[in-house]
Amino acid sequence: MAGVSVSEVAIQGLKKLLSEKEDLDDVAAGAKIEKLTLELQGQKSHSSDPAVQAITDGFTDFKINHFEKYPDFYNELAEGQSPKFLVFACSDSRVSPTFILNFKPGEAFMVRNIANLVPPFNQIRYSGVGAAIEYAVSVLGVENILVIGHSRCGGIKRLMELPGDGSVHFDFVDDWVQIGLPAKSKVVAQGVPADQQLEALEKEAVNLSLVNLQTYPYVKEKISEKKLALRGGYYNFVNGSFELWELKTCISPPIIIE
Amino acid sequence: MAILPSISVSLDLDPQRHTAVLLRTPTISTPFGLHRISVKPQKIFGFKMDSREIEQTRMSSSTLTTKASREPSGLTQELDSKLQAVPESESGCDLFKDMKHRFLSFKKNKYMEHIEHYEKLAQSQAPKFMVIACADSRVCPSAILGFQPGEAFTVRNVANLVPPFESGPSETNAALEFAVNSLEVENVLVIGHSCCGGIRALMSMEEEGDSSSFIRNWVVVGKNAKASTKAVASNLSFDQQCKHCEKESINRSLLNLLTYPWIEERVRKGILSIHGGYYDFVDCTFEKWTLDYEESNLKEANGGISVKDQLFWC
Repeated sequence: MAGVSVSEVAIQGLKKLLSEKEDLDDVAAGAKIEKLTLELQGQKSHSSDPAVQAITDGFTDFKINHFEKYPDFYNELAEGQSPKFLVFACSDSRVSPTFILNFKPGEAFMVRNIANLVPPFNQIRYSGVGAAIEYAVSVLGVENILVIGHSRCGGIKRLMELPGDGSVHFDFVDDWVQIGLPAKSKVVAQGVPADQQLEALEKEAVNLSLVNLQTYPYVKEKISEKKLALRGGYYNFVNGSFELWELKTCISPPIIIE
Repeated sequence: MAILPSISVSLDLDPQRHTAVLLRTPTISTPFGLHRISVKPQKIFGFKMDSREIEQTRMSSSTLTTKASREPSGLTQELDSKLQAVPESESGCDLFKDMKHRFLSFKKNKYMEHIEHYEKLAQSQAPKFMVIACADSRVCPSAILGFQPGEAFTVRNVANLVPPFESGPSETNAALEFAVNSLEVENVLVIGHSCCGGIRALMSMEEEGDSSSFIRNWVVVGKNAKASTKAVASNLSFDQQCKHCEKESINRSLLNLLTYPWIEERVRKGILSIHGGYYDFVDCTFEKWTLDYEESNLKEANGGISVKDQLFWC
């Protein structure tokens, strides 16, 4: 077997130095060496892949024009987040709420999924969404939940096209968008003209999600304590408009029968 | 349950007249006592208002408005009197105002500036990336990596986890199916980050615990990452273990991506690349690596992963 290579000797030496000087154990020292190596390599981080180059440029721009310009702000954020919003938005590449509503880092805990759907409480089937709601409401203490729908939503289109015979074209997409079936039934029952049905369903699905949110006990609790508001939004990128509304529950005074 | 009429904020597309149309709800301010949105970021990232903005009222023809106006007026009156006793809070109105300003700023400075691009985008999207990121408010991929509208189909969930194929349908793999099979993205990027609450919850979890917790039921997707972290890093501090697990779980998610046949097929054919990314917001660095499919296959047995094209930006 050939002797240990020069670079290996150097790395062992560096590891020993890091352990002694910085009190790092083997694993941590190894990780630090890797990081230092990459740092040196990264000096010339020009990529031949334009997609990767785009995100390199994006991060550099963020670092220079935001992170380094406002160190106090970002240092505070690194200590902990206290967003006022939990936002549900569609995964569609055209509707990032950060972009259209200018959410700054730290403002919105954000869940993005197909058709911005919130399923009803179900710990077995929908633990992903439930975990986000539980964390945002119970741990982070958000004050608003905002569900944003949008125009030309592929997920809503698929929901509309779902065949009544139960046959599936997409395994996972079809299973997911079925959450919106009650909204679809409502739109169809209301007799909305065919050319307006998709937009109506895009908005009605938001309302359905707001209603479903109330099936989560901690959401219900915070609403009754008046510490949480449920809001719906609709971004129409065809005509450049945004709608915003609130879901409110009210109990009328009782009629007293004596 | 009452669904109140919507507030519509729209700008005329005619660049000659910038009019803001605001329809106010005819009833009450919110009783929820909401705080004003944190002022600090607004001071830093201020935006200019369009001084030509004119407020008018106009009836919205949306379905929601029509529905609400059918409500008996008696209900509104009862609500009014009920809420007399509650100290009137303006925070709800402030919030609507704030959202309006934000959207109008986007519309003026971005949408109208690039109207042709947005008109094209309105027809269809063709993103090159699918991004899976954490829901954490500090790590939006649009903000830190500068993704513009149309560039990245994005899923955000707690701890940026990708469950394996055999775990059955979920919102994450529904998005994967759409992005890979319909949109035919060329890259899938899983981005983890520092100080992740979800990973911390995973690492803190007892074996036998409260199964009524959603968080627990979800982060258990990352249990293999936790096991391999414990195997190599149990002598480190808890914080260091969490950091190790944050990265380990990204790699686990990359392996889980390969359990989807339609993903594995595309990766094998070289038409889809799978990348991991790690954003450290304590010292503002970003690492990126790409799954080396050929080499990873050899390590599959012990869950190893081989990477290439590693980059570190600092």
